[in-house]
Amino acid sequence: MTAILQVKGITKRYGGLTAVNAVSFDVQKGEILSVIGPNGAGKSTLFKLISSFVPTSGGEVLFNGTRISDLAPHKVARMGVVRTFQETTIFKSMTVRENIIVAHHLRSKSSLFGFFIGSSQARADEAEFGASADEIVDFLGLQAIRHELASNLPQGHLRALGMAIGLATKPTILLLDEPFAGMNHDETMTMVANVRRLRDERGLTVLLVEHDMPAVMKISDRIVVINFGEKIAEGTPAQIQANPKVIEAYLGSEDAAIGL
Amino acid sequence: MKTSKKLGLALFLLAVFVLVPVMIAATGRKDLYYTLTSVALLSIGSAGVWLTFYIGRINIGQGAYALMGGYVSAILMTQAGFSFWATLPLGGLFCALISVGIGVPILRLRGVYFAMVTLVLTEVARLTALALPVTNGAKGITSIPLPGALSIGGVTLIPDFATMANPKLAFYLLAVTMMVASYAVLWRIVNSRLGHLCRSLQQNEELAASIGVNTAYLRVLVYAISSFFGGISGVVFVAISQSIYPSSFVVTDSVNFMLYCFVGGLSYVAGPMVGTLLLYFGWDLLTVAKDYQMLIYSSAMIALMLVLPNGVLSLLDRIGGKK
Ligand SMILES: Nc1ncnc2c1ncn2[C@@H]1O[C@H](COP(=O)(O)OP(=O)(O)OP(=O)(O)O)[C@@H](O)[C@H]1O
Ligand SMILES: [Mg+2]
Repeated sequence: MTAILQVKGITKRYGGLTAVNAVSFDVQKGEILSVIGPNGAGKSTLFKLISSFVPTSGGEVLFNGTRISDLAPHKVARMGVVRTFQETTIFKSMTVRENIIVAHHLRSKSSLFGFFIGSSQARADEAEFGASADEIVDFLGLQAIRHELASNLPQGHLRALGMAIGLATKPTILLLDEPFAGMNHDETMTMVANVRRLRDERGLTVLLVEHDMPAVMKISDRIVVINFGEKIAEGTPAQIQANPKVIEAYLGSEDAAIGL
Repeated sequence: MKTSKKLGLALFLLAVFVLVPVMIAATGRKDLYYTLTSVALLSIGSAGVWLTFYIGRINIGQGAYALMGGYVSAILMTQAGFSFWATLPLGGLFCALISVGIGVPILRLRGVYFAMVTLVLTEVARLTALALPVTNGAKGITSIPLPGALSIGGVTLIPDFATMANPKLAFYLLAVTMMVASYAVLWRIVNSRLGHLCRSLQQNEELAASIGVNTAYLRVLVYAISSFFGGISGVVFVAISQSIYPSSFVVTDSVNFMLYCFVGGLSYVAGPMVGTLLLYFGWDLLTVAKDYQMLIYSSAMIALMLVLPNGVLSLLDRIGGKK
């Protein structure tokens, strides 16, 4: 079986700083793979490279065997590789439902002109987006805030909305950058369960960056560890927890952050 | 649409197409035709500027497209024998086309950087008009004929303006018809998915790209529509004055287009129209203040922005009880 996503020697330099240095790994279809590493290790940059939000300085990313590096981000999204943002990134002056509806853009069958004149295809699209948005709201348990303006939401809900926006694009691979940041324990556990359901019920492949180690250990099939832009380890949660290099990298910053 | 809105729209159309001409005929204030025609044409231009605001870009370059549209019409009519009615859409399309070429590189800029570049654009347009042989330099193009008859399939829809008893009324009706059509287009854009996508651009371009919106394409499309509006308003202005010079539209005009939007309100489709009416009339009324005209005008504008930062139309929301 070939991997759905192949990261091959990907490199990103910002001036003199090498944020990501020749990182390679494969992701299998239906896998939940976490990328961990200390602050500034290059995790977010790696996600931006995979989703083609920044041009590469070397190496490439293959999606189903096709090179997606250095394409426009909307094209990569259209192919099914979609990222969420580490910073809370939502459309502030829209309601939760409007946020999710607009994120269905990739599924439009109507042209922009069709939407302008209100063609029957456009109306069918709108109805479909609305129904699908409601379904995502239900899936993530956001019913109570459906019509709330996004700018009024607390951090935990914003993260959930970020994921909802990602889901609305109907991705094949979803890259979540710190999806549990700012969530309390219960919220995190609900989201962990949601991510698992995405994989189990919808066959999504999920990559995530996260600092919450108990959550990472619980959710991941495999883990890739990055330090100073380089991959220092890859393996199952048990293997990673026992890896001396990883322990060293983490002990350098935070005591026992890896949850041993 | 709610019934109250429908009623408001009906009243507005009645006022614009029937009441205004009747009142003017009754009072004999024919000079008002020119003023109101100008307001209608300027509000078409500001509708375009408003649309670029809607994707999060401050556009201070609409004067350039009004000038361009005007010249295209003037040149086609005087040198190639085109009918005014053909140059009306052609002037707009020319501007849309040029704006695509200009927009592709500059629409990547945001905030004050985009604003600065558009500001320069008007000056570039003026200098180009001065330099090109086809625009006849500083002497401009004069003695442009009035719009001829518009007939389709032998049926005359609009008679020759030169044969009319009251061409001012004809220009007024033409301008307000165009205004109503432009705002209908604007309303439709804002209230369709196209508007939803524009708002996504305005609020977060990166996120818009991540959900698959071709942000570069959408920005250019919106800018082209905006410039089309600028162009057609220029075409009719030139037809009225029957002449055009490089200084027919200058930086001040571009700034005014933008101010009309601010004053009316950036979150209301009717905002630019209301803003244009208020400021244009306000300025006109203040001519009695002579030397103090500018001072009073500017002070009033500053006060307005402090009291109603979201535009005059936000008053309606306040009264209506919306926050
Ligand atoms: N646009 C940029 N220009 C210059 N340097 C950058 C840029 N983006 C990231 N960097 C640098 O690249 C390095 C990796 O950053 P990145 O955001 O990928 O880290 P991270 O692993 O996601 O960290 P965190 O856990 O804090 O989110 C950092 O040293 C950062 O300062
Ligand atoms: Mg990061």
